[in-house]
Amino acid sequence: MSATAIGAVGPSKDQRVSKSLGRRRKLSNRIVSVLCVLATVIGLVFLASILFTLFWLGFNGLSLTVFTTSTLPPGSNGGLLNAIIGSLIQTAIGTAIGTPIGLMVGTYLAEYAQGSAVGNAVRFVSDVLLSAPSILIGLFVYELMVSPWGAFSGLAGSVALAVIVIPIVVRTTEDMLRLIPVSLREAAVALGAPKWLVITKICYRAAKDGIMTGILLAVARIAGETAPLLFTSLGNLNWSLNLGKPMASLPVTIYQYAGSAFQDWVQLAWAGALLITVGVLALNILARLLLRGGK
Amino acid sequence: MGTTTMNETNQAQASFGGVAARSAAALNQSRISIRNLDFYYGSNKALKGINLDIPDRQVTGMIGPSGCGKSTLLRVLNRMYDLYPGQRATGEAILDGQNIVGKDTDLNALRARIGMVFQKPTPFPMTIYDNIAFGVRLHERLNKAEMDERVEWSISRAALWTEVKDRLNTSAMGLSGGQQQRLCIARTIAVRPDVILFDEPTSALDPISTLKIEELIDELKSDFTIVIVTHNMQQAARCADQVAFFYIGELVEVGPAAQMFTAPKERRTQEYITGRFG
Repeated sequence: MSATAIGAVGPSKDQRVSKSLGRRRKLSNRIVSVLCVLATVIGLVFLASILFTLFWLGFNGLSLTVFTTSTLPPGSNGGLLNAIIGSLIQTAIGTAIGTPIGLMVGTYLAEYAQGSAVGNAVRFVSDVLLSAPSILIGLFVYELMVSPWGAFSGLAGSVALAVIVIPIVVRTTEDMLRLIPVSLREAAVALGAPKWLVITKICYRAAKDGIMTGILLAVARIAGETAPLLFTSLGNLNWSLNLGKPMASLPVTIYQYAGSAFQDWVQLAWAGALLITVGVLALNILARLLLRGGK
Repeated sequence: MGTTTMNETNQAQASFGGVAARSAAALNQSRISIRNLDFYYGSNKALKGINLDIPDRQVTGMIGPSGCGKSTLLRVLNRMYDLYPGQRATGEAILDGQNIVGKDTDLNALRARIGMVFQKPTPFPMTIYDNIAFGVRLHERLNKAEMDERVEWSISRAALWTEVKDRLNTSAMGLSGGQQQRLCIARTIAVRPDVILFDEPTSALDPISTLKIEELIDELKSDFTIVIVTHNMQQAARCADQVAFFYIGELVEVGPAAQMFTAPKERRTQEYITGRFG
């Protein structure tokens, strides 16, 4: 005990003081730890209740028709097939467009732009984009693609998602490339390798797991995005694979169905929400496994 | 062991700290001639007017306290400093009539001729085979059979073949530290350079791995000109034919190993090798 330790050195008067001080410190220690636990419990209760409600209502709405039938008018036993496929298509195209761009920008920042003003500006803009409200990105692509062409389209939706992917991949690529030890680069350079080969053959390989994790997290993020799709791919109640036409997606369908007055639509919205949550959860777990496997 | 080769020479043997240093046998003719070489980190002059001849197919050991410039000089010889803006060298380092520090040097071709082995083992995150093939593919176009042959040749020369021949297609990261360092040596000689630079190659290794690397260096000098930076004076005595002592950016003294360790001409050399500073 600190009180006795101090008491052994000082006179008895100080021992009493230190005893009371010790009591006060123990008390405040207890208060703070109780507050911390309380805060954790409050946070977890909300999270658990969300997840519980989601799983409860989601499983109730889940059935084979959800995966085999497209969205139909209320009361006609419709499913979510067009929304699921639409989400898969737009997420895939968004990732396919955004990843290479993000990868190259991240590489530029880590390998070519060290300390340069241009590099710092690009990094700043990318970071701003990372935390930009996604509805702004939707509006941006609306002005860029939907307004001039006069039509909502799945392609516009994909581009909006790609804009969200880019800053995430830029960040992780740059961070992961910077983690590579100088000695590894020098070893490759010492063999007579030009810079681009050092980057593509050595650095990418060494940073592969980290970069893949970033890409997976970006996919998980855009799979659940609603706002950027509202003004771009709009949503489509019919079956459509045409990228030039409005395209359905899970988040937008949830948004439309959850607020409707029809019981079966609301139930489908819950089922869709469950699907997205499980999908994102799976991607996150995969990303974690990848990152741990690399260590 | 170095002892056997030393016994073959007839010259008088000298002993340093129980280690028989190489005899004062004549040094071979110069492979790299360094003349009036200055080096700058920004405005800080790290090497001052270095003049040094590196004998062909012999081992030159560079010793001196930390920050004396020996590693800096090593990194001048393969132009490693070019990676870092603000670092520059002036003067001459002539290899086969060409100035290494000249403006028009083809850096990648230079580095194919002057290889380097680093302080810490740096295997690439790929298979053992690809670690070797990576460097070779940069400079030559070989078919599969030729490449197989080159890989076996270089790994054998690095005294690693029996240990890895059954797992060439597994990741090099699974090798022990000493094996990784020998793989790095194999990777360097696979490119068939004229000169190999060793930057404290055993400072991260255990005594047995260190011994293997030293034997290897002794073995390699029949084909390659070798420059080694070391903090270990016994190592310099065991490995080097010529020893150069650096102090605060200057080359204080250079001479045959035996002479440097038994009868140095300069007081500072004497003080350093007897452990009075550094």
